[in-house]
Amino acid sequence: MHLAYPAVLAALLFCTGLYGVLARRNAILVLMSVELMLNAVNLNLVAFDVWLRDALHSGQALTLFTIAIAAAEIGIGLAIVLAVYRNRASSDIDRLRDTAETDEAEELPDDPDDESDAEAPEDQATAPAGKAKKAEATA
Amino acid sequence: MIATGVASLDPALAAAASHPGFLSPTGVEIAFVLVGIATLGAALVTVTTRQLVHAALWLIVALGGLAVEYLLLTAEFIAWVQVLIYVGSVVVLLLFGLMLTRAPIGRSPDADSENRWTALAVAVAAAGTLVWVVVDAFRTTWIELDGPAQGSTEATGSFLFRHWVLPFEALSVLLLAALVGAIVLSRRGRETAPGATAPRASAPGANAPRATAPREDKR
Amino acid sequence: MTTTTLAALVPLLPFLGAAAGLLLGRSAPGFVRPLAVLPSLASLVIAAVVAARQGGGPAIDASTQLTPTGSVPIDLALHLDGFAVLVAVLVGLVASCVQIYSTAYLRDDPRYPSYAALVSLFTSAMLLVVYSGDLMVLLVGWEIMGICSYFLVGHYWETPEARAASLKAFLVTKLGDVPFLIGLFALAADTGTFRITGILGSVAHGGLDHPTLIALLLLAGVAGKSAQFPLHTWLPDAMAGPTPVSALIHAATMVAAGIYFVARLLPVFAESGAALVVLAVMAAVTMIGSGLAALAQDDIKRVLAYSTIGQLGYMSGALAVGDRGAAVFHLISHGAFKAVLFLAAGVVIHAAGTNSLAAMSRMGGLAKRIPDAYWTMTVALLALAAIPPFAGFFSKEAVLVAAEHTALGDRHVAPAAAGWTVLVAGLLAAVLTAAYATRLWLLAFRGRGAEAPDHGRQPAAMTSVLWVLAVPTMAFGITVGVITDWFDGHSLTPSLTTAVLSTGVGLVGGLVTYGAWRHTTAIAARTPMGSVVAHPDAEPALVEIEALESHTAAYGPAGDAPDPADPGRLLLGPLHRHAATGFHLDALYAALFVRPVQAAASLVRFLDREVVETYVRGSATGARWLGTAVRRAQTGNVQTYLSALLAGSLVLAVAAVVFANVNAGS
Repeated sequence: MHLAYPAVLAALLFCTGLYGVLARRNAILVLMSVELMLNAVNLNLVAFDVWLRDALHSGQALTLFTIAIAAAEIGIGLAIVLAVYRNRASSDIDRLRDTAETDEAEELPDDPDDESDAEAPEDQATAPAGKAKKAEATA
Repeated sequence: MIATGVASLDPALAAAASHPGFLSPTGVEIAFVLVGIATLGAALVTVTTRQLVHAALWLIVALGGLAVEYLLLTAEFIAWVQVLIYVGSVVVLLLFGLMLTRAPIGRSPDADSENRWTALAVAVAAAGTLVWVVVDAFRTTWIELDGPAQGSTEATGSFLFRHWVLPFEALSVLLLAALVGAIVLSRRGRETAPGATAPRASAPGANAPRATAPREDKR
Repeated sequence: MTTTTLAALVPLLPFLGAAAGLLLGRSAPGFVRPLAVLPSLASLVIAAVVAARQGGGPAIDASTQLTPTGSVPIDLALHLDGFAVLVAVLVGLVASCVQIYSTAYLRDDPRYPSYAALVSLFTSAMLLVVYSGDLMVLLVGWEIMGICSYFLVGHYWETPEARAASLKAFLVTKLGDVPFLIGLFALAADTGTFRITGILGSVAHGGLDHPTLIALLLLAGVAGKSAQFPLHTWLPDAMAGPTPVSALIHAATMVAAGIYFVARLLPVFAESGAALVVLAVMAAVTMIGSGLAALAQDDIKRVLAYSTIGQLGYMSGALAVGDRGAAVFHLISHGAFKAVLFLAAGVVIHAAGTNSLAAMSRMGGLAKRIPDAYWTMTVALLALAAIPPFAGFFSKEAVLVAAEHTALGDRHVAPAAAGWTVLVAGLLAAVLTAAYATRLWLLAFRGRGAEAPDHGRQPAAMTSVLWVLAVPTMAFGITVGVITDWFDGHSLTPSLTTAVLSTGVGLVGGLVTYGAWRHTTAIAARTPMGSVVAHPDAEPALVEIEALESHTAAYGPAGDAPDPADPGRLLLGPLHRHAATGFHLDALYAALFVRPVQAAASLVRFLDREVVETYVRGSATGARWLGTAVRRAQTGNVQTYLSALLAGSLVLAVAAVVFANVNAGS
């Protein structure tokens, strides 16, 4: 088999994951995209390991480790997302803009917290969540 | 980098010349490409669909397709691990996460952020560059898949526990640490959350109207 | 103690007095007066001892080098010849008298401590100039005097006249000091040393390459310091300072420094005949112009100021004919009688309540009210008019004799042209001097009209010093036979021709003025004018300040008064108008220098405000816009940041690949 096939597939998968990381709004979807990127790397590792016929099989060993680490990463990542969600009632990445440089930079640290805490119930109950959040994020 | 890569591949280059070209693919190759197209398609749907839960389900397809690719590359053990861990646990975790964060069921029109077009540009440029570089470097490289399976459970067990014992043990410590970390993160959140929200909840009436007003306007 | 040590103490004591006075002025006001007077008196005594020990013998030289100073070797050197020791005695005497006088004159002044300290510093600087054997050290004293004159002339800085005058004094003298400094360096470059002895030795062996250039450069500084035409304009305006300061500046320190400097380096000037002729012409113009101007002034102090300029012209004339003995002789006698004149003028102003001669001429009984000032001033005016046997006669005679000898070819130090110029101008100036001295005396003490306001008895501190200074005014001339030892050794005694001639023309000038005065007194009675201030209990300086202010208010600026009864007006005729304003030199300078400089300043201001500032503001605005633009990028959105990061690394990766291929291909 040509090495180009798995290599190109891995590259395309990686870039798909890249797009997901950059474009997705929900933190969990971002985590999914990260998984895609990791898997693309895994595919590369396996393909090159098979091609090189390494006596130590370092490619496959590393793939196993990567899978294990990815599992750990997803666990921690989800814990963080849940913690953020609990505090902010949102898991949207582009609403977490505490570091934004605005003209009213002094007001920012307080405002998002207050808004999101105060609104969280009705936010979820009354409105399509995403739209409401988007409006709030731009407000 | 490419230059050195090509230089080191010179002996293989001579051997590769005797292998069939891209216009006369072998059966394995055809299978690999077909599965690969399915995998890539599933991955693309994963990162573009507007239904969050569907994204997780399409991820299963993509990861499963990758497992098949591993099989085609004769890495059996990794293929089964892939199915077990990714399809079996990671995706399940992600689904749990979606549910715990009350992700909406059904289409959410703003699943993608405003950064979408930038992301697309960066991703396409990166894909172009990577494909160009990879093809440029490996277009004549041939993988010999015949002979003893390199990724059978037996072979994997032997190299893993013969050569990679120490990293394996270290990894188990890392997993333990991740486990503890996840628990701590969750626990602390649960303890501090009431304390943190209590003072703010004391005057919801004052905050809510002011905060919701602009939201109504924007909508 | 050795003579050298004593001589070092002379400038040091007033300096220490000044430092102590400045330090203790606030905390211990009781010490201020002793600290002002005692160091000056001690300096006087020590200077007298030094003069006695030196005794007109060969010059004493001593030097020490504190630290090597590279290519400009600066020695703390003393050069004590006859000129130095005698001038130092004069400086000490006048400074002591001024300090004693000031204790009464400025007794209630809140700024007296700093004033006294500055006078001490001034004295110290002058003594440094006098004793110094090194031109760089001399320059230090020279410049300290410049800055002290600025502060002291501006002592009444509440009045605009004093502010303008102090600035003018400083700027005009600095204008001369710039070429002076260049001249000093040129001199040192030619002779290879700043030591006066070294320079004179080098000059004696013909080691001077550019004598005319150096002499002219140095003359510019001398003209500024010694108020010679055309840089004399600061001196009449400096009358806005307190009277004792005027006495100090005019009699012994500042203006004497220039003459003294030329006297010290006379061989350098004598190398260049052109420089001596320039000096002679300068002296002649100064003498005659100042005499005419003095005849037209209304402010008593301005009359004396112009007379100072004229007398300095005599000294310059003596130097121009190469006789430094005569110059320094006249310097010393002039120092004595001019100090008397100024200090007495201070008493007169206090007693009369005005500084205007026009007002004094309409005031009776001033002479009886202040007999001390009356008599001493009479004596000093006689000395000024060069009437025998007072000091001024002998010293002026020495100048005229030297000029005559040069003109007739008996002396060959200077060109005959210089001699004739000085001789003729000197005789003309003698007429004018006698005329304005007579006018001053008649207007001040022979006025008719209402009684002068009663200011009580003048303080003893003020009147006693007048008599102290009157002694040398009367008797110094008698020493002419003895004093030649100190002054290069050649005779200073008057010759019969010049004595008869100058005394004769002096008497003529005086008598003509008297006639004119008799003619005009009738008019004076018909045209009452003048404003008088009376503060019987306040310090005398207060009267002077108010008189200065009211003078400007009553008669307009520049010391002129529209008094038809002025004999000077009768004598000068159409010239009076020009003479009163100092022959419009100030207006000329204003047109030539002040206005162009102001125009240039406004141009620079425009360039700075409108052009440079625009760039400055533009850079600030640009930075702010840039900041706004960059701030736009800080959205807080992690995904945006990550996109930029990845795009950047992509570019880098592509660049690396491309370059690697290019390099591999080449």
